Amino acid sequence: MTTLNPEVTRTDSPTRGGLWGWITTTDHKKIGILYGGSAIVFFVVGGIEALLIRVQLAVPNGEFLSADAYNQMFTMHATTMVFLVVMPAAAAFTNYFLPILLGARDVAFPRLNALSYWVFFFGGLFLTVSFFVGGAPDGGWFGYAPLSTQVTEVVRMDYWALGLQIVGLASLLASVNFITTVFAMRAPGMTLMRMPVFAWMALVVNFLLLFSLPIITVGLIQVFLDRNLGTLFFDAANGGDPILWQHLFWLFGHPEVYVLILPAMGIVSEVLPTFSKKPLFGRSFVIFSGIAIGFMGFGVWAHHMFTAGLGPVAEAAFALTTMFIAVPTGVKIFNWLGTVWGGSIRLATPMLFSLGFIAMFVIGGLSGVTHSVAPADWQQHDTYYVVAHFHYVLFGGAVLGLLAGLYYWWPKITGKLLHEGLGKIHFWLILIGFNLTFAPMHILGLNGMPRRTYRYPEGLGFEFWNFLATFGSFLIAVSMLVFFWNMYRTWRKGEVAGPDPWDGRTLEWSISSPPPVHNFDRIPVVEHEDDFWHRKYTIAEDGTAVAVDPPPSFDFEPDENIHLPSPSFYPVLAGAGLFVTVMGLVYVPWGLIAAGAGAVITMWGLFGWSMEPLTREEH
Amino acid sequence: MTAETLAPETQDEHPDMNDMRKIAMWAFLGSECLFFGSLITTFLVYRTRVGEGPSASELFDIPFTSVSSFILLMSSLTMVLAHHSATRKDWRQMRVWLVATALLGMVFLAGQVFEFTEFVHEGLTVTTSPFGSSFFVLTGFHGAHVAIGVLLLLTTAFHSYSGRLRQGEGMNVEMVGLYWHFVDIVWIVIFTVVYLLQV
Repeated sequence: MTTLNPEVTRTDSPTRGGLWGWITTTDHKKIGILYGGSAIVFFVVGGIEALLIRVQLAVPNGEFLSADAYNQMFTMHATTMVFLVVMPAAAAFTNYFLPILLGARDVAFPRLNALSYWVFFFGGLFLTVSFFVGGAPDGGWFGYAPLSTQVTEVVRMDYWALGLQIVGLASLLASVNFITTVFAMRAPGMTLMRMPVFAWMALVVNFLLLFSLPIITVGLIQVFLDRNLGTLFFDAANGGDPILWQHLFWLFGHPEVYVLILPAMGIVSEVLPTFSKKPLFGRSFVIFSGIAIGFMGFGVWAHHMFTAGLGPVAEAAFALTTMFIAVPTGVKIFNWLGTVWGGSIRLATPMLFSLGFIAMFVIGGLSGVTHSVAPADWQQHDTYYVVAHFHYVLFGGAVLGLLAGLYYWWPKITGKLLHEGLGKIHFWLILIGFNLTFAPMHILGLNGMPRRTYRYPEGLGFEFWNFLATFGSFLIAVSMLVFFWNMYRTWRKGEVAGPDPWDGRTLEWSISSPPPVHNFDRIPVVEHEDDFWHRKYTIAEDGTAVAVDPPPSFDFEPDENIHLPSPSFYPVLAGAGLFVTVMGLVYVPWGLIAAGAGAVITMWGLFGWSMEPLTREEH
Repeated sequence: MTAETLAPETQDEHPDMNDMRKIAMWAFLGSECLFFGSLITTFLVYRTRVGEGPSASELFDIPFTSVSSFILLMSSLTMVLAHHSATRKDWRQMRVWLVATALLGMVFLAGQVFEFTEFVHEGLTVTTSPFGSSFFVLTGFHGAHVAIGVLLLLTTAFHSYSGRLRQGEGMNVEMVGLYWHFVDIVWIVIFTVVYLLQV
């Protein structure tokens, strides 16, 4: 199995090189890399915000940040990590690998895909701009009214409301695109149940986004109008109801939690079988559990509001649904353990991160179940116990899972293997640093240390655990430096990976690394789950896998008339127009002129787009 | 195995662009259901919170809104006729029905503008009460959807003069039709829940 695909020279690529080539690209792989690169940049930004918070809290009566700066930091840390790191990182993998895993040459709507990225990019830029014009949003990432609506002379929360609005728009466009891709672009024989689990989880995630984003869109519109037009949606003094905002936010916000974790679950479900040399245990159970989580995710939102006074009936109902949603999640944990059990395990870096994911996610999941008990939640609410819980699922879960994916797919994306030794150092440092940072927060929270408070007095027993947490957070930072060094080193002199470095099971490993611009010379015809593995191995009578002899050859001439999307300038134009529009809307009323100009630019982009020919033929 | 599974005749299966656009439109409309669902829910929470301002039963003129609702529903009929003409490739008649649909939509919008003006004169604005805020924002967003629909209808009719776009024309009309019918159906819900049930 030397080459699975003939070398494809880069000159026949319809996408141009250089900066302009990246700006106008409609290739799903390049857009995936753009998403990934942006996520890494914002991860550094969000990480620095977190470190500033930890420095402030390292000692009692911290003097490092003012209360105002601290409010901006915790608001922007959460907003950045949720909307500008984990979501785009998941979108990066979905963009890059969903079409390849399905045996397709691109997503359903390549230019819409580019538009999604650019709208996201300008949304992230917009949120970042706020730091330089009078301060970043400071009302918490869930912007509870009246915190998000009362101070209308300061525009910080306008940046938050509009920034989330356009980042949400980007995800909505992407979800329409990915759902269509799954339903219309699968290779012959790739039935829904043969789809890799990552593709399944991406499908569930995009349905969650499709149905939850419009809810927050309405909520954010109402916040924006309350601030700028004088509407009374959340104005309690005039009959408005701030609790309605909480309902709208969490009806989006809880599905959003699964939007953040399901991609990582999908990645882990690909990595564990590969490095255990076994098929995923109870594969259809894992898939149906993912679907069940998707449905049930819409029925648990009020457990975020147990202290809002919803009454015993509502609280009991939401406590029960919250306990129930732990069932499909637990099913998955046992399936992963069953996959590893008895496998010939190879502890490469992606595998380490996946095992770390399982362990940390179990801890976070268990502390999550303790929140479902409403009376216990009244005690834990707004304390560091909650902070510990969601960092165990979102950092220990989502981020470790995404890093597993990065180590796993890095050789496919770049053609070079990340250094294993450095990878293992990265893993152990981040695992230890993570636990030192967040495990003490359980104790701090149960001892009553409140969240979102910029200092704490001496003598309450908070000193030691806070100092430990700050130490741990710097260990995480060091581990990320090791990772960045690893990326740089690999770029300079990394080991060439070849098409199939991990003895992979799914279609992406059947093509060269990095993949040719058209992905597949011939669209594969799929006959099995884990189809690529079944081409490499047959199963002997005693149940052992026997390598096919001679190895399968994938050495064929590329199809003629491969349709590839042309690069387009219009998506970035429409995205930039949107940026100008929201910038203008912050400064109502005179900014409306800019908003109008921005709307015209967006319309120009969309109109030019609709007149542009769809594809140009290559080869 | 490979020779058989990779037979060339299976290679030319390009996904059908029209199918993809339909899936995407349905997905988008599914998302829109939640959008209007949230706005309608907000209205239902605030329907009686009128503060010092006028209430629904003091304001609403059901006969007038019934007529404008009827006009909007008739536009769904002309939309179906436009689509029917498009499937018969009768482009001239298709244009007639498309423009007719757009005109009915514009009459509906004019009715809404008149109604809004009346309400403002009688003392209800977005800042009067939560009832006013949620009423104007809900019906305003519906009106914006109708306005976008009118633009799409006119653009489709205009495009049909250019031969280059004629291939996908039936599809364009079908897409606009899906959107238009959706906006009409939302209005049926709004008319029932917001107007009829509140007086």
